[in-house]
Amino acid sequence: MALDFEKPLEEIENRISELKKLNEKADVSFDTEISALERKLRSTSKRVYSKLSPWETVQIARHAERPLLRDYIAGLCTEFLELHGDRCFGDDQGIIGGFATLRQHRVMVIGHQKGRSVEEKIEANFGMASPDGYRKAMRLMHLAAKYKLPIVSFIDTPGAYPGLEAEARGQAEAIARNLTEMSLLPVPVIVVVTGEGGSGGAIGIGVGNVVLMLSNAVYSVISPEGCASILWRDGSKAPEAAAALKITADSLAEQGIIDEIIPEPEGGAHRDPNAAIESTGDAIVKHLRRLKKMSAKRLIDHRYDKFSKIGRFKSRK
Amino acid sequence: MAWFRKSGKKTPGASEEDLWTVCPSCKAHIYKQEWEAELKVCPKCNYHARISCTERRDLLIDAGTWREYAGHVTTSDPLVFSDAKGPYKEKAAAAKAKTGLKESVLTGDGKLGGIPVSMAIMDFRFLGGSLASGTGEKITLTAEHAARHRWPFIIFSASGGARMHEGIISLMQMAKTCAAIARLNELKVPYISVLTDPTTGGVSASFAMMGDINIAEPRALIGFAGRRVIEETIKQKLPDDFQTAEYLLEHGFIDHIVSRKDMKEYLHRVLQYGKRR
Repeated sequence: MALDFEKPLEEIENRISELKKLNEKADVSFDTEISALERKLRSTSKRVYSKLSPWETVQIARHAERPLLRDYIAGLCTEFLELHGDRCFGDDQGIIGGFATLRQHRVMVIGHQKGRSVEEKIEANFGMASPDGYRKAMRLMHLAAKYKLPIVSFIDTPGAYPGLEAEARGQAEAIARNLTEMSLLPVPVIVVVTGEGGSGGAIGIGVGNVVLMLSNAVYSVISPEGCASILWRDGSKAPEAAAALKITADSLAEQGIIDEIIPEPEGGAHRDPNAAIESTGDAIVKHLRRLKKMSAKRLIDHRYDKFSKIGRFKSRK
Repeated sequence: MAWFRKSGKKTPGASEEDLWTVCPSCKAHIYKQEWEAELKVCPKCNYHARISCTERRDLLIDAGTWREYAGHVTTSDPLVFSDAKGPYKEKAAAAKAKTGLKESVLTGDGKLGGIPVSMAIMDFRFLGGSLASGTGEKITLTAEHAARHRWPFIIFSASGGARMHEGIISLMQMAKTCAAIARLNELKVPYISVLTDPTTGGVSASFAMMGDINIAEPRALIGFAGRRVIEETIKQKLPDDFQTAEYLLEHGFIDHIVSRKDMKEYLHRVLQYGKRR
């Protein structure tokens, strides 16, 4: 499934595979043509992916084949004991979590799950969590605090679910409580934005000592479409809004919001999911080792300082 | 009541517009003098119209006791943001000129019926009361100020949510302000949240919902997602009272609905229970 800007690459790839088929049947060899095309593919691919527009990055961040939380868990954790329910209302599937052994580190993993198959997507509400999801996440984070387990939180959501039931059960309160209580967690909190960091739905599990981000992930105060329809009065101006909002990993690093960019394979994590997952594991473990040496008080102060420093304002008497 | 500064002098033969106000909610025509005597609450439908931060301060704080805090903080333009209607810088400048404020929140301390309090009062006229760097900084500094003095902290929210023009930094103010509230909780310093019309988006999903007690003005719009977004998502009409103060009271998210004219007395009564002992 090629994105619009990937069409030139897809064309070359198709020609290569056609020639390869011919190679098998015919007596003539197309090896020279094939290697020429492969060289062209590499250079075109470098050109296309090295200057992605913010809106094109959004397309990659939302790519249907991009690795999801359950892929990260399968790739990085030798054990995952999923825990269920918020003890209030239900067991939201938009956020999942549980005890996990991540490269030999016992941790609590929480995160958004978008779902791969149609059934999973519907069950997980496309990763748009309800208050029950945020409350389940907080419950698991308190449990991690009790057991002195570091928390690894994976963000990948279009946003918190905007629905009648979600409002009735207190979407705002659930997110607000997480922001407040996460700031006091006495254990390391590592946040990884793997795909879409959609607004309040993202920050609702995003108060970390470190915030990591995959190179094609995005993190934004509002979706480009939402911003376009409000500030441009035209949802089709989403590409402009995506650029203006400065939502890519590079921009976020420049703004001092994220601590590290995790490089993705060329073309995006979906092109080589295992490589993306391994790099993510490497980054998590590196920070885990460092944060594990900090005392509870130091971790809390470190997190407070990190967030209280965020802001760009002027001073005028 | 003289809490509202009258603008301009009445001249004989004043035009119709000078004499009457139209209620923004029920569209009833109210005699302007009555409207102001009622503190901009509609006598017909009890809608509590939006008022400025200074009007609200004057309703609550004992005369002569207010000291502004963190008043030097004002907007910058971290993203050099520009949209269809022009640069953010110009919008911010227009908001400043219109309101005389430097940010969407007024912060300071004073006495409420003799009790020293720290306060943050949002002003919807300033870019829809939106939460941005300066807003978050002022609220955080004032919460820290309250913590040092062990003064109760009161926030009056009036906001459409996070300010898009400052991008992700605005979103982060939700975490920043909530962390400051968490510190107040640790120190057992009372924090009371008053939600006024409207309190939505990132403000509802951060400090506004985190009061030891949350109270609201009658009929205030309070919610996370916008009505239109929800209707488009679930493809059904929402009930009329959806996301009103009354709806939130019924669903357990606020403690009480308090009329504007009773607000000071109510806060004073509550603060008696939060006194250090």
